[in-house]
Amino acid sequence: MNAFRAILAREITLSIATGGAGLSLTFFVLTIALLPLAVGSEPDMLRRLGPGFAWLAALLAQLLTLERLVQADLEDGSLDLLVGAALPLELGFVAKTLAHWLSVGLPLTVLSLFAALLDDLDGPGTLRLVLSLLIGLPGLSAIGGTISALTAGVRRGSLLVALLALPLAVPFLIFGSGAASGRGLGSFLFLGAISVFSLSISLLLGPSALRSQIE
Amino acid sequence: MPWTAVATAVLFVIGLALSLQTSPADYQQGEAVRIMYIHVPAAWIAMAAYAVMAGASLVALVWRHTLADVAAEVTAPLGAVFTAIALTTGMLWGKPMWGTYWVWDARLTSVLVLFFLYLGAIAIREAHEDRARGGRAAQILALLGVVNLPIIKFSVDWWNTLHQGESIFRASGPTIAASMLWPLGIMALAYTLLFAMLMMLRIRTMIFRQQVRAASARRASTSELHEAAHA
Repeated sequence: MNAFRAILAREITLSIATGGAGLSLTFFVLTIALLPLAVGSEPDMLRRLGPGFAWLAALLAQLLTLERLVQADLEDGSLDLLVGAALPLELGFVAKTLAHWLSVGLPLTVLSLFAALLDDLDGPGTLRLVLSLLIGLPGLSAIGGTISALTAGVRRGSLLVALLALPLAVPFLIFGSGAASGRGLGSFLFLGAISVFSLSISLLLGPSALRSQIE
Repeated sequence: MPWTAVATAVLFVIGLALSLQTSPADYQQGEAVRIMYIHVPAAWIAMAAYAVMAGASLVALVWRHTLADVAAEVTAPLGAVFTAIALTTGMLWGKPMWGTYWVWDARLTSVLVLFFLYLGAIAIREAHEDRARGGRAAQILALLGVVNLPIIKFSVDWWNTLHQGESIFRASGPTIAASMLWPLGIMALAYTLLFAMLMMLRIRTMIFRQQVRAASARRASTSELHEAAHA
């Protein structure tokens, strides 16, 4: 358990200290703030478009930090240590993914309150936005972790990460923004299903991807 | 050779289907409905190819079978082409029928996602310099995206969409007219054989390429030995 906590603490500290988390959060806030400038500031339209756009901004913000998630470890050799450690690699992968969510995903979920403020969402609307992000972003972190493990060490990796992550993130975006925009319980249920499925399949495939980087 | 036999069979079946398709009854839509015989089987093969790629990837990942990896590698560009055919013929059909080339309904969106998944599988294999690592990465990616397949299949049931609902693979039996079902089935078979033939041709090419690579590596190392000995 100590090893798990140590890896978790290290990942969170790195994410915050090297500015990865800050970059994502700043990007999110700025993009949300720019929406009214782009599409006009009619309150009704902002109330309709705001939640979906917040979801898109959150998705892109998470994408920003993904490239360096595993590549940095590969470069400085800590990936070798992670794979060879006494802690099972599955737990190591969980620690990395959990750290990414805690340092980027969870703050994004909290910052969506800011989006709710800017778009003048009412109480239920805000709750829907926050809840949908809370359910969906962990699954996205898991998929993102697997994708960054697949693309670590590749030239022009950032382009590849975007190309690979976006198709896999489409169900999240569709159901997440649908849930946030009030399209009913069905969207929430599908979002939950996709998120849990992504978590479990990433748990299977992510460690395998990490191992293949070392071999 | 088995491949020429399959090739002949494919061409024969395709020819047969094409001649048959000139005869089914005229539909309300007019002659434009005949695009269905090109569009629908292409879409079926596009999805089936992904299933083949995912299955081969699973075998390659779990049992480390090299031939499975070659099969997965070969299926990605083939599947991408069939998906592109399905998408473009669908667009050409949509314009006269629905009045628009594209609409963001569930089936079209998820097939577009399928197309990008294929491109991603090709890209990630090429991006890695180490061939084995690239193969492993592509296998994992194929398995990650397999959730898209049931979404495509059931999307027209789950959501009320513009795209035609299921009229063939339904639990209560097909609702399409028999005079159209038969040519459609024959074209589907033709497409399947075409896909199988192309896949086998490419696998054979891949294996030859591998043998050439191995042979030239051997020659290079032995020539180095010769030079070192005579230098």
